[in-house]
Amino acid sequence: MSHASNAPVAAANVGPAAPLRAGLEGFVSDWSSDQRAFKNVSWGKAMMWIFLISDTFIFGCFLISYMTVRISTTVPWPNVSQVFSLNIAGHDLPLILIAIMTFVLISSSGTMVLAVNYGYRKDRVKTFVFLLLTAALGATFVGMQAFEWSKLILHDGVRPWGNPLGAAQFGSSFFMITGFHGTHVTIGVIFLIIMAVKVLRGSLDHERPGFLTGRKGNYEMIETMGLYWHFVDLVWVFIFAFFYLW
Amino acid sequence: MTSATGQQHPLGVYLKIWAWLFVLSTASYLVDYFHLQGYLRWTLIIVFMLLKAGLIVAVFMHMLWERMAFLYAVVVPPLLLLVFVGIGALEADYTFLTRHMFFGATP
Repeated sequence: MSHASNAPVAAANVGPAAPLRAGLEGFVSDWSSDQRAFKNVSWGKAMMWIFLISDTFIFGCFLISYMTVRISTTVPWPNVSQVFSLNIAGHDLPLILIAIMTFVLISSSGTMVLAVNYGYRKDRVKTFVFLLLTAALGATFVGMQAFEWSKLILHDGVRPWGNPLGAAQFGSSFFMITGFHGTHVTIGVIFLIIMAVKVLRGSLDHERPGFLTGRKGNYEMIETMGLYWHFVDLVWVFIFAFFYLW
Repeated sequence: MTSATGQQHPLGVYLKIWAWLFVLSTASYLVDYFHLQGYLRWTLIIVFMLLKAGLIVAVFMHMLWERMAFLYAVVVPPLLLLVFVGIGALEADYTFLTRHMFFGATP
């Protein structure tokens, strides 16, 4: 088993006689070079990042619209801390459900990063286990979100067009933002399971083409998958701060 | 043979960052738990949020080890959202003002 040396990652994709320069000088030479600006970045990873940037703008627009409706409403905003509190063992804990969801998602980010790492070490079984664990934690998150939604809809009477707790805009922002994020998590869970199966049956080791894209399997796919998963966690960091804590 | 584009780093780095993410999440939860209000609350929320986001992007998403040309291509465009935030806040303040003037004060 050969580990990649940490020596300059140069010369892999760049062709002969094109040493990579570091720092600002490298920035300029990368961007002014022929054919490709992103040296050492496979197109799969670059495309995932470009998708994630577009997704950043979508979530950015949601959070900005939430900001404008919350600033401009003349009706008091519901007390979020109380809305999402739970009574556990006789104690009313504010926002506890959301805190647990945050910890679940962060745990899944940790297991994802381990899956990427063991993938590059070609440890098939461990990669599979950690991918599956990540998917399970993601599914737990979605499950808790379903619980949260049903509590808000059935118990508190929150609707997208109004609610008895305060400003009507609370409902529309809540369902839009958390709904879109939950959809991302759900899609992530599905892809994690697909990837886990591919890892276990050795499709990545043997470079078998995928059924959808026909791309040859390799362990960088897990890193790319990981980028998506960490992004979902990243978005939650912002939702947690601006929607639940603010 | 390992792929030269692969991001392979010691496990310890990830575990350390993972622990920090838990600490920071707990800290931001405690902001709400202790009912901190006003500028202290907002400052702490933003600081913990940015630290968490930074750690995730830098280490978990490997931006720390990518080339600067790629880093800037990814990180700079989302910063434009801040302009959008500014425009949105101005617009929302104006809407709030006109609602007060034409539809009466708060109930």
